[in-house]
Amino acid sequence: MPIEGDYMGMILTIEDLDSENRDFFRYCSKKEFRLQRGKQSGLLRYPPTTACPWTRDRESEWIPVEGKGTVHSYVEVHHPIQPSFKDKVPYMIILADLDTQKGQPTEHEALRVAGNLMTEDGEFVSPEIIKTVGIGTRVKLIYVQVTNEFALPHWTIDESAEQPFEPWRYPQEGSNLINFRKLDMSSSLCFLEA
Amino acid sequence: MTISSLNEHDANSNKYLRGKYSICGVGETTYLRGSTQSTRSLATWAISNAMEDAGMKSDDVDGMLSYSGNDSTFAPSVAGDLGIRLNFYMDVHGGGSSIEALIGIAMGVIEAGMCKTVAIYRAMNGYSAVRIGGTGARSAAPILGDQIHHRAYGWQSAGQMFAPTFLRHMYDYGTTPEQVAAVKVAHSKHASNNHKAYYKKRYTVEEVVSSRIICKPLHLLDCCVETDNATCIIVTRTERARDCLNPPAVIQSVVGRCCKPRSDMHYQHGPISTVAGHYARDILWPNAGLGPEDVDITGSYDAFTFTTMLQLEDYGFCKKGEGGEYVSNGTIELGGRRPNNTSGGHLCEGYTHGMNMVIENTRQLRGNVDCSCPIDKNGRRQHTYNYKEGGCRQVKNAEVTANLGWAMPGTGSAMVMAKDHR
Repeated sequence: MPIEGDYMGMILTIEDLDSENRDFFRYCSKKEFRLQRGKQSGLLRYPPTTACPWTRDRESEWIPVEGKGTVHSYVEVHHPIQPSFKDKVPYMIILADLDTQKGQPTEHEALRVAGNLMTEDGEFVSPEIIKTVGIGTRVKLIYVQVTNEFALPHWTIDESAEQPFEPWRYPQEGSNLINFRKLDMSSSLCFLEA
Repeated sequence: MTISSLNEHDANSNKYLRGKYSICGVGETTYLRGSTQSTRSLATWAISNAMEDAGMKSDDVDGMLSYSGNDSTFAPSVAGDLGIRLNFYMDVHGGGSSIEALIGIAMGVIEAGMCKTVAIYRAMNGYSAVRIGGTGARSAAPILGDQIHHRAYGWQSAGQMFAPTFLRHMYDYGTTPEQVAAVKVAHSKHASNNHKAYYKKRYTVEEVVSSRIICKPLHLLDCCVETDNATCIIVTRTERARDCLNPPAVIQSVVGRCCKPRSDMHYQHGPISTVAGHYARDILWPNAGLGPEDVDITGSYDAFTFTTMLQLEDYGFCKKGEGGEYVSNGTIELGGRRPNNTSGGHLCEGYTHGMNMVIENTRQLRGNVDCSCPIDKNGRRQHTYNYKEGGCRQVKNAEVTANLGWAMPGTGSAMVMAKDHR
């Protein structure tokens, strides 16, 4: 039987043969973030795939990974496209570099995991909270249950972590502002090296 | 012999068909909202116009290629309506990285002796049926397997999917909203000289950055228009194209659906502010025997203002990170060193998944762009090269064009064409 669940009015389905996604989301329902590790390469990958991109090895094992990371980039949606998100705007999609395996196997690579910016309780955050989050913000994973065997990972601000003084945000906050906060290139470049 | 010693991209070799194939005919429907007709009907309209442009009869076309996202009509029905008997056809899945790639396929198919002339079309009701912006049927479709990793997060439309790349480029290189808005300013200037354009109004940087935010960093005016239309391009051997009504646009090089190491949203490889052009340029320029400095007009895909900038940068028209400066210093406007999307492109003329930019560059190379300049008694347009509003759109002495197609940050296609010098 396929795993099927109603999430925010959307029907999410994982087919029987899609064993990779099935395993991944099942671990999430146990509040475990597990990624496949190629047996030959010893490298983790995300999202679930059918072979190791570095060795073509089709054998892998599911390894628990600490769900902590840094915002690499993000999406901040003000005009909803999907009906289920009509009353959620503005909402944020976080693309975070996991601390685990960051910069491996090459400099610019990272396990970049997507999820919405949520409260620790799994609710969409307020517009005021959104304005505090940007590139550089430290985040951690939480899980929102879809069915008893299926949960979605999401991101929340890691309150226990040391946060950057001013995470990088798109310089225009409102929808009708012309006068932008000027980009401070020197601090932005420092960030790049950090 | 080892594989590396084959010298795959030797600029002095003609084995990649440089110059052997041409675009001999181009055509389109009116760019509409509410076409009140099927994609089959739109397709026959555009193909007829392209055949008329080439001076071809039904017997002269024996191959057909089309692309769509399951929102079009397949080639056999369309060909039958036009009395075309096909020796070859194929309908493929795809969007913005298709046309340059399909032109390459058409060349290969003709080279293999499978047919003689290929009409390539894209027919879509992108406003009134399957909306390109992703609202309606697309957003209501059930969410399966791999799609859970993005659609369940409200991460679905093109603008939403590309936004992390756009924002990261601003972060990495200090690109500003005003710099990128200059793309819309340029394309709207061009569209104001194009009677076919859906939007003909000229915009300022201030108007772009004060329009409402759709999804950061995209304002409404950073996004392309949704329209209903069909477009067609006919490819044949250059020798044959020389017998057609209009001068050939001679294909120098094509690269198609070239990808970053992962073309999906996994983002494991490389900086996300780099796009597929970073890889495609190493095939495009050597095969053409030309470089960015030789190009007079670009057709860099403008699904969004940002896509134009990112591609111009990664194809080498400026240094990496300097795309914001390049698109805002006047270079890409008519009258500048290298205008981009002189028809107004997807931001203003109409949304065609890349076709209208190739059509425009074909007309530019013919020296016969359909602006409002007067036509002499020989039927030849007398271009003024005055680019004032409602004026000329022809680039003086246009010799070489480059089209840069975009599907997503990780996938792109490109083509170099040149004026025929027989």
